[in-house]
Amino acid sequence: MNAETTNDSVIECRGLWKIFGSRAEDAMQAVMQRGLSKDEIRDQFGAVVGVQDASFAVGHGEIFCIMGLSGSGKSTLIRHVNRLIEPTYGEVLIEGQDINSLNETDLRALRSTKIGMVFQNMALMPHRTVRDNVAFAQEVRGVSKDERYETADKAIATVELGGWEDRYPDELSGGMQQRVGLARAIAADPHILLMDEPFSALDPLIRRQLQDQFMELAAEMRKTTLFITHDLDEAIRIGDRIAIMKDGALVQIGTPEEIVTEPVDDYVKDFVAGISKLELVTASRVMQSVQEYESVAGDIEISECPVAAPDDNLDALVDMSVDTNHPIVVSSDNQIVGIVTKRALLRGIQGRLYDAETDSASVAGN
Amino acid sequence: MAEEKGFEVLNPFLSIDLGIADWADGIKAWATANRDMVQPIKWLVNDLIVTIEGVMQAIPPVAMLGIILLIAWQAAGFRMAIFISMCLILLGLSDPNAWSLAMTTLAIVATSVVLCVIFGLPLGLLAGKSDRFEIAIRPVLDTMQTIPAFVYLVPVVMLIGIGNVSGVIVTIVFALPPIIRLTSLGIRQVNASVVEAARAFGASPRQILLKVELPLATPSIMAGLNQTIMMALSVVVIASLIAVKGLGNEVLRAMGRLDAGKAIVGGFGIVILAIVLDRITQGLGRTGRERGHRHWWQGGPVGWIVRIGQKFKSKDVATD
Repeated sequence: MNAETTNDSVIECRGLWKIFGSRAEDAMQAVMQRGLSKDEIRDQFGAVVGVQDASFAVGHGEIFCIMGLSGSGKSTLIRHVNRLIEPTYGEVLIEGQDINSLNETDLRALRSTKIGMVFQNMALMPHRTVRDNVAFAQEVRGVSKDERYETADKAIATVELGGWEDRYPDELSGGMQQRVGLARAIAADPHILLMDEPFSALDPLIRRQLQDQFMELAAEMRKTTLFITHDLDEAIRIGDRIAIMKDGALVQIGTPEEIVTEPVDDYVKDFVAGISKLELVTASRVMQSVQEYESVAGDIEISECPVAAPDDNLDALVDMSVDTNHPIVVSSDNQIVGIVTKRALLRGIQGRLYDAETDSASVAGN
Repeated sequence: MAEEKGFEVLNPFLSIDLGIADWADGIKAWATANRDMVQPIKWLVNDLIVTIEGVMQAIPPVAMLGIILLIAWQAAGFRMAIFISMCLILLGLSDPNAWSLAMTTLAIVATSVVLCVIFGLPLGLLAGKSDRFEIAIRPVLDTMQTIPAFVYLVPVVMLIGIGNVSGVIVTIVFALPPIIRLTSLGIRQVNASVVEAARAFGASPRQILLKVELPLATPSIMAGLNQTIMMALSVVVIASLIAVKGLGNEVLRAMGRLDAGKAIVGGFGIVILAIVLDRITQGLGRTGRERGHRHWWQGGPVGWIVRIGQKFKSKDVATD
């Protein structure tokens, strides 16, 4: 992952800390010098740790999900990215620029031009029409009425709310209100989208629709997106990469497949336990090398075996495997790169990866 | 009871005298000594009152009735405007002098309320924004609302003299607190997440105040204005003690002569003024949307003019 922490990352947080409380500075010093834990900080300084030592980088056009339960600090973390909250320690870089060094005017310019934000509770302005809500970022920047209404109407059409421009937010359903929220965020054509649990307050069917709509839009617009959610399914559906957050710290950062197949600790393991691996895990994750297979099970008759590509998911492997007793051969560019036994496949569906030590013995026993 | 002033443990207050009353009486002397200083301000306020009253007295009652009808129609709807007109006609019929006296009272009240808004709105905003200021100003407002007017009547008269200006000051002391309190409350009640959203989209503190907080606090501020007007009307009788003319003075004179009939005419006039002003300002506090049209200029007499204007425009297009 560190390879991506390079200059071309659009959002980058380095060692970010946020401690709430009147003695936050003292607590921070104590952390630096003595390495206090979260509980020790609370007991000694009466301060609450919101974010502890968070570092991550989001590349251009990437959708980066931060997943955690309520109270894990994810909403606090995302508010550092447009400096709605000042960090106690650490840096936030937007396109290489440290935003905590910006003055008020430059910060406001950054917020109104480069960053769009969507809120869990919509936070639409009840006294403004849909159009005036969507045009807000441009209005505060001083764009002329005709121009900002034109771009606002375009954004409203993008989220398929044409015809509702002159309505007020309370005349719209929850799902429609959040689409207005999304339109407001993209109207000024920002580089970065901050989504703070945007679909959490919606009922499941509407949530699904909005997720689909958002993914379509995201594929089209290629905006760098920081997406907060407490729903791992949502994070897996939407995210290119996922960070798991617990008690203010980022526990694990990785692709959905990595998170699901290689959880770093029991906390993450608990999370991913209920997630279906069928569409997430690929053949390359569960296969063993040909030599390994042959050393245990003897020579393989390639011609009889079904053939899969390395990035075929488990669901596809199951389809191939049901009508044959032979293992599946994984080949890439006409080269055999590995073998997936039925055992490895079933273990893969369970979420356990092929393990040479334990599994080879049992293969021999077959 | 001791003949000499000895210290008594069970009633220590009897033997200790800090001399607050004497000290406070010094304010009177100070006020008398500094009269010249406040005279320019006095003339300014007096001119304002005289001008407003002059205009109101100059307009013939029927024309004034028409103007109030139109304002009420715009602010509170047609049915309320009819009700308000009936009230005012009743007021005019109650006594030949009643209309003129009511206009004088209205001028005093209007001046007081305008000054209350000028002082009260910024103070209320400040109190809404700053917890410290809110805590500091709260006992002052409590004092202003509960202290009997007779307490500050004397120093004010010593400083400024009897007449309209003192009347306005006494009225402001009594009527200012509601608009400060309700402006502060309105600002504090604005949804914090909406303000955060405005911040996230790059709005400056000034823009947040003008585009988000003030519009959302308007109903509360209007309720404050309404209460300020009611308070101002309720103090006109007391103000007439220091030679403020109008309906209050009628009540005071009637009381001196034990003339129950005249007192009722004056008191009734104050009630009608209160009802009229209350209904109009309450109407202002409701948004156009609550009354069934989308913008304020789509209803009332202005709405008619706008629609007629649009008809002419479309006719022009048709003939072209």
